[in-house]
Amino acid sequence: MANGAAAASSSWTITVRINDAVYEREVEARKLLIHFVRDDLDLTGSHIGCDTGNCGACSMIVDGVLVKSCMLLAVQADGTTIETVEGLAAGGELTTLQQAFSDHHALQCGYCTPGMLMSATALLRTNSDPSDAEIKKALQGNICRCTGYWNIFEAVKAAAGSGA
Amino acid sequence: MSGTTIAPERVEAPQKGWAGQSVPRKEDKRLVEGEGVFVDDIKRHGMGYIFFVRSPYAHAHITSIDVSKAEAIDGVFGTLTGEEVAALTDPFFQLATPPGAHLKDYALAVGKVRYVGEAVVAVVAETRELARDASELVEVEYEPLAAVTDARRAQDGDTPVLHDDSGSNLMWEGIYEWGDLDAAFAEADRVVKIKELHFHRFNSTPLETDGALVEFNRGTGQWTIHTNNQFPGFAAIMMGPAMRCGLDKLRFVTQDIGGGFGNKITSHPQLVACCLLARKLKRAVQWTEWRTDFHLSMSHGNERWFHDTEVAVKEDGTLLGFRTKALDDAGAWLRYEPLGGVIWAQVTPGMYKWRHIRLEFTQVATNKAPCSPNRGYSRMQHLWFTERVIDIVAHELGLDPVEVRKRNYVRAEDMPYETPNGCVYDSGDYAQMLDIALDLIDWNGVDVRRAEVESRGKLLGIGIGSTLDSGTNNFGQSRMINPELQFSGNNEVATVKLDIFGEIVVTLGTTPQGQGHETTAAQIVADILKCSPDDVHVRAGHDSYWNSHAGFSGTYASQFAVTGLSAVKGATDMLAAEIKKLASAIFGGAPVEALELAEGGVRIKDNPEAFLPFMACGAIINANNAGLPEDLGVTLNCRYVYRPPFQVPDVERKFGNLTLTYAAQIHAAIVEIDPETGHYEIVDYAAVDDCGKRINPQIVEGQVMGATAQAIGAAMYEVFEYDEEGNLLTPNFYDYHVPHALDMPPLRTGSIESPSPFTPLGTKGMGEGGGAGIHAVCAAIQDALRGHGDAIVYDSFNPYHRVWEMLEHPERARALVEVSTT
Repeated sequence: MANGAAAASSSWTITVRINDAVYEREVEARKLLIHFVRDDLDLTGSHIGCDTGNCGACSMIVDGVLVKSCMLLAVQADGTTIETVEGLAAGGELTTLQQAFSDHHALQCGYCTPGMLMSATALLRTNSDPSDAEIKKALQGNICRCTGYWNIFEAVKAAAGSGA
Repeated sequence: MSGTTIAPERVEAPQKGWAGQSVPRKEDKRLVEGEGVFVDDIKRHGMGYIFFVRSPYAHAHITSIDVSKAEAIDGVFGTLTGEEVAALTDPFFQLATPPGAHLKDYALAVGKVRYVGEAVVAVVAETRELARDASELVEVEYEPLAAVTDARRAQDGDTPVLHDDSGSNLMWEGIYEWGDLDAAFAEADRVVKIKELHFHRFNSTPLETDGALVEFNRGTGQWTIHTNNQFPGFAAIMMGPAMRCGLDKLRFVTQDIGGGFGNKITSHPQLVACCLLARKLKRAVQWTEWRTDFHLSMSHGNERWFHDTEVAVKEDGTLLGFRTKALDDAGAWLRYEPLGGVIWAQVTPGMYKWRHIRLEFTQVATNKAPCSPNRGYSRMQHLWFTERVIDIVAHELGLDPVEVRKRNYVRAEDMPYETPNGCVYDSGDYAQMLDIALDLIDWNGVDVRRAEVESRGKLLGIGIGSTLDSGTNNFGQSRMINPELQFSGNNEVATVKLDIFGEIVVTLGTTPQGQGHETTAAQIVADILKCSPDDVHVRAGHDSYWNSHAGFSGTYASQFAVTGLSAVKGATDMLAAEIKKLASAIFGGAPVEALELAEGGVRIKDNPEAFLPFMACGAIINANNAGLPEDLGVTLNCRYVYRPPFQVPDVERKFGNLTLTYAAQIHAAIVEIDPETGHYEIVDYAAVDDCGKRINPQIVEGQVMGATAQAIGAAMYEVFEYDEEGNLLTPNFYDYHVPHALDMPPLRTGSIESPSPFTPLGTKGMGEGGGAGIHAVCAAIQDALRGHGDAIVYDSFNPYHRVWEMLEHPERARALVEVSTT
């Protein structure tokens, strides 16, 4: 067997808590967290838009910290608590931020939206009254190709203003 | 903009109807919850993941391929090579006349590679990681050849030829001439000559890359292709003959698509590879492009030069005409090309009244990724050219670019206006739009502002981009490329039915990628059936087994508001008539004129007792129909095909109406440049749009914003740049910089509504935006350099270093332009 495939055969068992469910799985050591969540756990709300950590479509909150889940191996997330977009409207009610995205037409194709929502959620948790510059800076790691960001900015600003 | 909500409570019906309201989008809830279904989200038991082995060379013979080591690995399901593809399929049908017609284009490279990133072998394995690893064990031997990377050298005698079958790198050429050029140049006071202008190579880089999940039903011989291809009608006519199967064997299914912008039209080669693998390996196969795969191989926008341009101008700035030679770099294959060789002609004169135009179009092949449609496809290049011409003429003759535009714009009172090549601009008021844009950006205050900026050691420039977004193609224009082609007109389909419990169900033939079709379709239906959009279920996405598609179905080329919504209107009008017909029978022969739809049912006017809810209508026809009149002719399941009123163009004269509607955009930008470094910033921006009747203004404004952002990105940051060996230097989002939140300038938007007289709803297709932002930024940079070397802006792509060069060496740009007095 060739080197690459041989290295790939190394696997670990990990346990993660995602949106209040606990998953224990055997996972290849080289598998990225985003591929683990999407392919193995079928939580497909988080997306992939690049392979280089530029686009932010895979953003999740891991142990309270906003991360790009394509920049972590799944095994590095062993033992963590992860929040993804599927967990935001847990009770069936959209969060103020999710509602604001719709109100302000801050999404078109919706592909970047989960990552945008996680980045903005992380911002508003630590800074309930962000300045315009702070909002833009918080969204700087997320690429959107549909909206030009103006309406995303407006949505986050509105959600912040309403005390979300 | 009115506030909107997606709360579940019903919205009160507005006085004037639903069309024209910013109704909250039906799509939003699933998308903000992460419950959309994009193609990579779809899984099947035991499916295999495809990874393509790609060429590291821009141009090389393939001397051998050995897949045995890859296939020997546990978990690898199999492979596909070009040799197998050539045995199992026929080359894709070519749109071009010879020499381009002779190309033999397959799903994988056969015998030769022609660009870095061309797919050579497909490997399928049980995980995406393993497929990628195993691909490294595929051994391909190459014999490298010299590469053609500059289209301007492609036809030189010593340049290597990509396609032996075509004999040279010339793919297509044609001469377009209308009016009387000699007379125009004789009448001119001045002739402005521009040696070379260059429109660069980029695309819209949708955040979701291309992909598919393909299943093969061995019993029926039918493939189900879950994909994000945005023009299944085109994919089907490319794939069916190549795969030697009927089109009904190819079932295309989409739901949510993560942006398209034209870049997802030509994935048919990869889809064929998926189909062959699903059949060969007897399992579902899944393909998702990695980001670098997309950049290397998918649908680059057409790179184009304009050489030896001459413009005939009167002393007062009246433009009489121009002649130019357009050279288009198609890349290595003609996947949708050479249609770019005619699509530009939809907007031949831009927004201007000049009547004498000659354009020699030449398209060549190079060792770069194949070009295919990109938002503003081919018109954007041409409109950039016409806007550059306007601003260069104004610059060289010392005229005000605003005055030159106003003097030469087609006027509102001239509408509908027939262009020199027979296109009909349906409606619009460009001068009024320009006034709004100038007002939004405070054009009158610019001198004060310029002085303030210069006091800080910076340069200020202001520029206008005025463009058309031609929509609803007459596919007959393809015959100007190849008179043998049997395409003309256009069509789109919708079905609307009342289901057994009265549910209103709509299917579309389109493949939306964020344009909100479910919402706007529901608005149209609700207005006709006198109900709420909440009562209308519009199925998400596209399924060619719904019987709601036709040959041109898809979402591309600015047309849904015309083709899609007209089909919805047609089908709903049919349903409304059938409901009344049924009610007439139930109400004992009451005349249909006495009936009206209201409050979720049908009733006799002025008789509140005689009311038949939709639920009863649906139940009677579907489940309780004994005793109905034999000749009733009501199914409550109505299919309508909208067909725009087109004629086949005159191929000889290259004359005819090529698109039904012309939305318009006027953008204005103010830039501040640091003359020490060339660094610049857009400090103010205004976008004014006119797309006729707006069904949902918020969605329209969203499209305007998106097109603006993409144009700004293209003007400043985005380029598919190759080195001399044909290596792509921008194969990911590190090197290919797209705008981020902090890059966006302050934006003001404005609009007017000039309803189209040619469409059932007064709408015009919109969304592409004509690249107005690129033109405005170029114009603003040129304005800032006035008096600081007076360089003209000659390239659509102006990164800081080019601006610095224009300041440091203005003589280089100055050498491109010359004015003569006749």
